[in-house]
This record gives sequence, C-alpha cells and structure tokens, in this order.
Amino acid sequence: MSDRQVFDLKRRGLIGAGLLAAGGAALSSRSALGQTAHPAGHGATTTAGDEGAVAPHRVAHGAMITVGDVDDARNGFDPTAMLTDWDTGTLSTLPDGRRLRTFEVTAEDKEIEIAPGVMFPAWTFNGRVPGPALRAIENEQLRIVFRNYGSHPHSMHFHGIHAARMDGVPGAGLIGPGEEFIYEFEAKPFGCHLYHCHALPLARHIHKGMYGLFVVDPDPARHPDFAEVAQSRLLGTPENARWQELAMVMNAFDTTFDGENELYACNTIAHCYAKKPIRIEKQRPVRVYLVNITEFDPINSFHLHANFFDYYDQGTTLTPTLKTVDVIMQCQAQRGILEFTFADHEPGLYMFHAHQSEFTELGWMGMFDVVEAVS
Amino acid sequence: MRDAETTSPVTTMVATHPRPIWLTAMWVVLPFLVLAAAIWWLVATNPIARFDNGAPPVEALTVERTILDHNGVRLLVRAGGSEAITIAQVQVDAAYWEFVQSPAGPIDRGETAWVSLPFPWVTGEAHTVVFVTRTGAAFEHPIPVAVATPVVTSSNLVAQAILGAFVGILPVAVGLMFYPALRGAGPATMDFLLAMTIGLLGFLIVDTLEDSFEFAAQAAAIFQGQAMVVLTAAASFLLLMAVSRRQGRPSGLALAAYIALGIGLHNLGEGLAIGAAFAAGAAGLGTFLLIGFTLHNITEGIGIAAPILKTRPPLWSFAALTLLAGGPAVAGIWLGSPAYAPQWSALALAIGAGAILQVIIEVGALLARNRGGAAVAISAAPVLAGLAAGVGFMYLTAMLVKI
Repeated sequence: MSDRQVFDLKRRGLIGAGLLAAGGAALSSRSALGQTAHPAGHGATTTAGDEGAVAPHRVAHGAMITVGDVDDARNGFDPTAMLTDWDTGTLSTLPDGRRLRTFEVTAEDKEIEIAPGVMFPAWTFNGRVPGPALRAIENEQLRIVFRNYGSHPHSMHFHGIHAARMDGVPGAGLIGPGEEFIYEFEAKPFGCHLYHCHALPLARHIHKGMYGLFVVDPDPARHPDFAEVAQSRLLGTPENARWQELAMVMNAFDTTFDGENELYACNTIAHCYAKKPIRIEKQRPVRVYLVNITEFDPINSFHLHANFFDYYDQGTTLTPTLKTVDVIMQCQAQRGILEFTFADHEPGLYMFHAHQSEFTELGWMGMFDVVEAVS
Repeated sequence: MRDAETTSPVTTMVATHPRPIWLTAMWVVLPFLVLAAAIWWLVATNPIARFDNGAPPVEALTVERTILDHNGVRLLVRAGGSEAITIAQVQVDAAYWEFVQSPAGPIDRGETAWVSLPFPWVTGEAHTVVFVTRTGAAFEHPIPVAVATPVVTSSNLVAQAILGAFVGILPVAVGLMFYPALRGAGPATMDFLLAMTIGLLGFLIVDTLEDSFEFAAQAAAIFQGQAMVVLTAAASFLLLMAVSRRQGRPSGLALAAYIALGIGLHNLGEGLAIGAAFAAGAAGLGTFLLIGFTLHNITEGIGIAAPILKTRPPLWSFAALTLLAGGPAVAGIWLGSPAYAPQWSALALAIGAGAILQVIIEVGALLARNRGGAAVAISAAPVLAGLAAGVGFMYLTAMLVKI
C-alpha cells in the first residue's frame, strides 16, 4: 500500500476532525484505521469499514487519544480488575485475642506497558503499579512481610500511626536487595491512606511506581453515633456490598527522565477507562478511594461530569469534609473518599478526569458507563 | 632495491610466468571469506553480549517533511540509532492524538515512514509534535508557524515562477544590460570588472556553503551532512574543472557560461531556501525583501558580462546566459516549497559551491593572464578595488534580505 493510498483512505474520515476541534462524533469509524494500521496488538479495536461501530471513547473526544491497547496479560495486571482488587491479607488471632492481619509484599523490577506500545522500566510492589490496595480494619494488628527482590534498596513507608522504627525511612525498615523486613503496627486511624517507598532519592523511587492504597475501614462498634455509615464502609458487610467501591490512584510517568511527565493516568494505563469505561449500576451508590501520587507536578485533581459528590478528605471522618462538589484537588500523597450516585441520572457515558487539561489530554481521563441494574 | 629486483632470479621468474587466473581469483575471494566468517562468528556467538549493560538502544528520529493541509498534519520521519524504532504514541501540543503510520511497524535504521494525524492545526500559530517511542524516548518536532503547505497547482506554479523571475532572472538581465556601456572599457576597467566578479563569487561561495551546512545539519545523521557537503562540493569542482579544461582554459563566451552556471546553481539554492521558508511558514516575504533580492543579484549579470566584453557573442547567447544564471531560482522555489527533505537542498547547494569555486579559479586565471601573472594582478589598484567592490556590494545588499 502506498502512502498516497493510505492517506486517501483516511481522508473521508478525517476531514471532519481536521477542521473541527476534537469535537467528536463527526468522525466516522473509518479513522479507526489508525489502530489497525499500527503495529503491536491492536487487532481488537474497531473494524475498519463498519460504519455502525463507534468505540465509546470516540463519541466523547474523537481522535484525541492514544492509539491501540495495552497488553494487560503481559503487564500481569488489568486496570479494570484493579479497581475492585483489594488485598485483605490473611487473618489470624493473636494470643491476647486481637485480630492479626498479615500482608506479603515484594519489591520487583519490571518493565510495564504504561500506554499502548510505550514501555517503562518500573519498580513495583507485587509486580503491579500501583502496588496492591491493602485493606484492613481499624485497630487490627498489622504485619507486613516485605521482601526486596529488586535491584535497589527499597522500603514501605505507611501513612498511618506507628513507631519510628516502623516508618520505612533510612535506618527504619529500609532494606537492600535480597533482604526482608516485617513492619508491625496497629491499623489506625481509619481512613483512605497510602504507602510508598521512602528510599532515596525519593522522587525517583516514587515515580518509578512504588506506591499503593492503604485503606483502614472504620470499626462500627467504635463509632456508635455513625454506626450505619461505618458499617457501609466496612468491607464484607451487606451494607458495604450495596456500594460500588473503586480504588483509584492518580499517577504519571516521566519516560524521558527529564523531570516532566509524558503520560498521566488513573491506575497507570493512559486512557484505560476511556477505552474500557467503568460499568456502574445506576441504583447502587459509588465510593471512590482516591489518592494522588503524581510526581513532578504539584497537584492533581478529580472532576466528575454531570454530577456532584461528597468528599471525605483523607477519609478519617464519617461525615463529609466537603459537600456537593464536582472537582477536588489533591497535592502529592493527599487522598480522600468520594461518594456519589447516578440513581437519578439517565444511563450513558459520564466522563471523569483531572481538571488540568494537560493531564487529561496526556492520558488521565475515563468514563463511567452508567447502566440500569445488571441482571 | 632496484638492483635486487633486476638481479634476483626469483623475481624474474615470477615476472615472466604470469600467475594462473584461479590463483588471483582465490586471493581476491579469500579476504571476503575471512570477512564472512568473522561476521558469521559475530552473529552466531554474540561475543559482545557482555557489553550489553541493560542500556536501552540509542534512538534517533528526524522529521524530513512537514505537510499541513485540510486533512491535518503529515510528517515524513527517518529513523536512526542502533535499532529499529517503534513509534508508540504521538503528542501534539501535549495531547495524545490518533495517528496512522505508513508503512506500519518498526522503522528500520535509515528508513522513512509517513505519520499522519487528524490534528486541527491553527493557521499562523505554533505547534509541537512529540513522538514517543516504545522505550519512552520522546522526539520533539516544532512547527514554528503553521501554514498550509503549498500544493502544486498551475496558479501556484505561475506565482512562484514570477517570484523566482524577480529573484533570479530580472537582476541578471538588468546586469547584462550594462554590456553595451561596458564594451568600450579599457584594461583598468576590465580588471576592475573581473576582480569585482571574483569578489561577488567569493561572497556567494561563503553564502552557499553556509546555507548548505545549515540544511545538512537538519538532515538525519545517516547522511553525514558535513562530509556530504564538502565531498560533493569538491567533486563538483573537480568535474567542472576537468570538463572546462578539455579545450584549454575557458575564456570569452565559454567562461561567461561557466560563471552563469555557477551563479545559476547558487540561485537554485536561493530559490530552495525561499521555497522552504514558504513551506515552513517563515516567509512573510514582503515587497521590500523581494527588492532586496533583486538588488543583491544585479552584480551577477555584470559578472557574467565581464569575460565577453572583448568578443561579440550572438544576441541569443545573452538570453541563454540569463536563463542559465537566473532560471534555476524559479526551479528552486518550485522544488523547495513542497518542503522536501533537507539533505537534497544541501546536496544542490554543495554542487553550487563547487561550481562557484571553479569559476573563481577561471576568472582569476583570466585576470592573471591579462595582467601578466597572479602576483602582479593581486597588487594592482583596479583589482583590489574590484574585489572590495564585489564583496562589499554583496555584503551590503545582503543586509536587505537577512531577517
């Protein structure tokens, strides 16, 4: 196929986009040729010539998106599965009757695909970025067995209340390659927290991928005034099962190592939820555990389209710290819980993204696919 | 040594019995066999594996053409570096855009591919395209001023031809029109005019080489821009010298034709630069600039006229000389405006530089002959004045066209 031919083939589909802004639906699915003509593994995308099939993301933002799909199998993690993949460790009882929760975490070097076709030499916890979303209950005794299989010294620094020697900073739980350390502390305070590697240089260890969610559910027995709210936050209860809970980590990658990010995302893969929208049953409320760990940029943000939410900064309260907002911003390591519902909305695709246009256009945008109850 | 050769019986034996042809063939084939074996061993056993320190491959990407039209942006990229390059994503102004690469897949070293984006570029504004490769390396390509790339239509060609005529043909014609006035020139005026021709050619060779190196620097590393320019200029010089000296030293109309050729090749380069400036959106080419180019090139006609002042060439030869010297400016603009790859412009300019050097030598030789030796000529007042006038005029009028 000559250059000329390819361009002419594209022409019909592209005239609209060439002149209009990224306004969208004007594009016919012919321009999805971009994906079939492109190398590695894009076979699953829209078939050229099938005028009826328009990928959901195309409706919303036309041609302004990354080309192709990421190979989740090779990465060993799937951003959609990650949303609800909580690591609750293994539970046992201590001699004094208290509950002991044990997590096992390894640090590993791993090359991951962070946008279609773009490989990044990551440092990971348990082979994924973000690391496992650890979830415990208030006042449980926690034991995190940390093994460093990576090529550099690493640690796990938890945002929580613990002894200095459990802090994961140099001299307190920072271990070299091949070593093991066990962090032990009580799960408190309840809330939406995070952990990250605190080895130096900090910026490099964080932006290479060493971070994850650390959620401590409130113990309803300790909050009699808000027992119902606490109960709904407690994973595994029927009250909690009604909610659709999502784990989201806002992150970014500097693939050229020049101190500026080339790709932004929610849960690592640029545009992942734009191409595969998150299915939301409209009758069930939504709770997002959101953390910002973006390196190099001072803040990140979350904006929900066509809806408003209540926000619990750091998740350490059972009443909202912000009520009825549609955008919040977080500095690095700031986090919180978002609660909203689409119960009164009509089904459809509802966008969410950082409200820094630059981040959005470099990958950090997604969609909620709000549907009637799934049978 | 010579004694040993002539007296040694062994040497004599070898010399008198010609080596069988198969033996010669074997000695030709053997080095290649050794080379092939070494390459096979290198590939089969990979002895340099121990140097693989985990560093990512070196990557290089050069954008050779930028086409902006109603379909968006099309870029011709050439890959360099140590391995084939895979373009994974493309950003425009810090946003990822869908793109089509043709041919698709990794781009091998030295190969090119077209990358097309449906990007709604804005006339007169700047955009930046960033190619993100598989390894995460990013290659930035600025589009300083976005304007639609001129397309080849008859009206465009005519407009460009008029422009080229003003830059190339008109000044040469005007310069040649001084011919009747200069015909009665005495030896001193003659020397002055020839020296002025050398001076202006001296300016042109510097200008041409500078532009040539500039284009070469934009070309992909694989073309080795600087070496290419120098070698091409040298080759062009030697070739023209060899051709022109086959019938003795050129003088009269022949010399005028060579001067016209050298100037023509320079004007081709000037045309290419103007065309490229249009394609890049850099040309707010106003009337003032155009008049500047015309004035700048007027001495070229006088230079061409100098060697034929003592002969009486037919009238048609003036037209031919004008076209030879000025016409290439038109061709240059035609070729330059579709934004062709910089190495071709560098190549054309390097050929021009070689041609100009050749005429500098020939005009210098003519001057030296007239004066009875180079040493005498160089110290003569009219010659020095002519050189200064030639270089000075070119330098000062160049101020009109440098932005």
